[in-house]
Amino acid sequence: MRVDPSAVERASQSGFAAQALHRLGPHTLIVAVGLIVVLLPLVLPSNFYYRVVALVFINALAVLGLNLLMGFAGQVSLGHAGFFGIGAYAVALGPTHLGTSSWLALLGGVAIAGLLAFVVGRPILRLKGYYLAVATLGMGLLIAMVFSNETAITNGPNGMPVPRLELFGWRLSGPVTWYWISGVSLVLGTWVAVNLIASPTGRALRAIHDSELAAGVLGIDVARYKLLAFVLSATYGALAGSYYALFDGFVTPDAAGFLRSIEFVVMAVLGGLGSILGSIVGAAILIILPQALTVFHDYEHIVLGLIMIVFMIFLPNGIVPSLQARLRRRRT
Amino acid sequence: MSILEVSDIGIGFGGLTALDGVRFQVEPGEIFAVIGPNGAGKTTLFNVISGLYKPRRGRVLLAGRDVTGTPPHQLARLGLSRTFQNLQIFFRMTAIENVMVGRHLHERRNVLAHFFTLPSVAEQNRRTRAHAAGLLAVVGLSDAADRPAGSLPYGALKRLEIARALATEPKLLLLDEPAAGCNPVETGEIDGVIRQIAATGTTVVLVEHDMRLVMKISGRIHVLDQGRTLSEGSAEKVRMDPAVVAAYLGARAGSEAQHARH
Repeated sequence: MRVDPSAVERASQSGFAAQALHRLGPHTLIVAVGLIVVLLPLVLPSNFYYRVVALVFINALAVLGLNLLMGFAGQVSLGHAGFFGIGAYAVALGPTHLGTSSWLALLGGVAIAGLLAFVVGRPILRLKGYYLAVATLGMGLLIAMVFSNETAITNGPNGMPVPRLELFGWRLSGPVTWYWISGVSLVLGTWVAVNLIASPTGRALRAIHDSELAAGVLGIDVARYKLLAFVLSATYGALAGSYYALFDGFVTPDAAGFLRSIEFVVMAVLGGLGSILGSIVGAAILIILPQALTVFHDYEHIVLGLIMIVFMIFLPNGIVPSLQARLRRRRT
Repeated sequence: MSILEVSDIGIGFGGLTALDGVRFQVEPGEIFAVIGPNGAGKTTLFNVISGLYKPRRGRVLLAGRDVTGTPPHQLARLGLSRTFQNLQIFFRMTAIENVMVGRHLHERRNVLAHFFTLPSVAEQNRRTRAHAAGLLAVVGLSDAADRPAGSLPYGALKRLEIARALATEPKLLLLDEPAAGCNPVETGEIDGVIRQIAATGTTVVLVEHDMRLVMKISGRIHVLDQGRTLSEGSAEKVRMDPAVVAAYLGARAGSEAQHARH
């Protein structure tokens, strides 16, 4: 295609300006998340708060992965806690039964979750919408059932202890240590997600979300990219699960349970599908709010439910995207 | 060698025969139109050529290579792209991002490099964006580059689909009703864009209802009616063909038209 050079010049100048803005956006996000992780300890008064924030970071990591799949590639998963559980049980079972180091077990758990997503994803990602939701739900239930029924090695529903992580003879335990491990991991996870979204791979995933038909006609191997998003989100989930178990020192089949899967989806939707910052905000609200609402005693869950309904009514696209849209409208 | 050869295509849905024995050849660089009344099978034909449907019989040859039933993303590699009658826009992306997606096959797709945005990835993103900006200029959408595609008017989206299909650098471009729903000014713009595309050597096959546009720009016209070939030839020949007139206006009007000419 021959193109009028002056038109290209003009268009690409405006394009570069927009790109500069665009690039400022995501990288500002990485810096902002980094600053929060570094500065938050200045205002955290006790170990209890470190513990809560570390849980936020760990959940945010899992939700970030789920958001790559749901918010960007547009494929729902109601079984994501299954991958979280695989990560969690890997660091429990590996050292206990196989005598591997916790580090190796952690990597192994992530690899197994990714491999399982690869094998299961091929057939079930052909399904769409509700059918995919039900298939992933079944996958999650199956994984949880294995952990709860294999009592000989997992001790069943009672759960099992998780040996602590060690680094050069130091035992990595306690809220402050895990605050830093999960915080740094979240910054790295955000960085990778932001990079991916701005790359040809990210554009392919977003294109699939809006029209699989058009994506295919443009040369995108739709099945392959859906699978990539599924595997990637599974590895984020498994890493978060490993951290969760190592931090807690104990794991039960609830780690892989249906309720946790739903929690991840709620965090992603509440914070904002397709928003990286939204993943973190969604996780923060769903972890912190129940702690803050304990003053309501017996009515805690009612108030939590009401707050979530109000959020979704007034910020229907999720907290972060809805607020961003309002800011943009005010500016113009 | 013909860039596209369709031979004896047959396909049906349930008991309904949609295409029956359709055959034609398209030569490199020409503008070839497929017309016919509603339900003639035009879009079905496009869906067969672009790999969305597998025909019950017959073959599709792309530059001499049998591509019958090849999935769309592989056809794109072989140089075939298309637009859609009912728009298939990436509504959540900006106009320029829509076109950038069309560069997919011309980009290095190393996912590991994408994780860490190596300098080569950033550089490639710049090149992709510049190329997409050039194509937006071709279809007259430079001003809309950074607007969400969902906010653009219908006529602009039609042209955006053309720009996006061009981004794949196709040898053969299928346009499914590029002027449908466009006002006369927009139709005029699309007319110019199609000529410009053909002038650079890209073969264009289009389905279109706007007869003035078809007669003006097409080298040859293939007429379908109820899934069968009715006529083929230059605009002049097709316009004079009594069978074509009959199909469009009804048999009686066809014979009257013939009388009127004598």
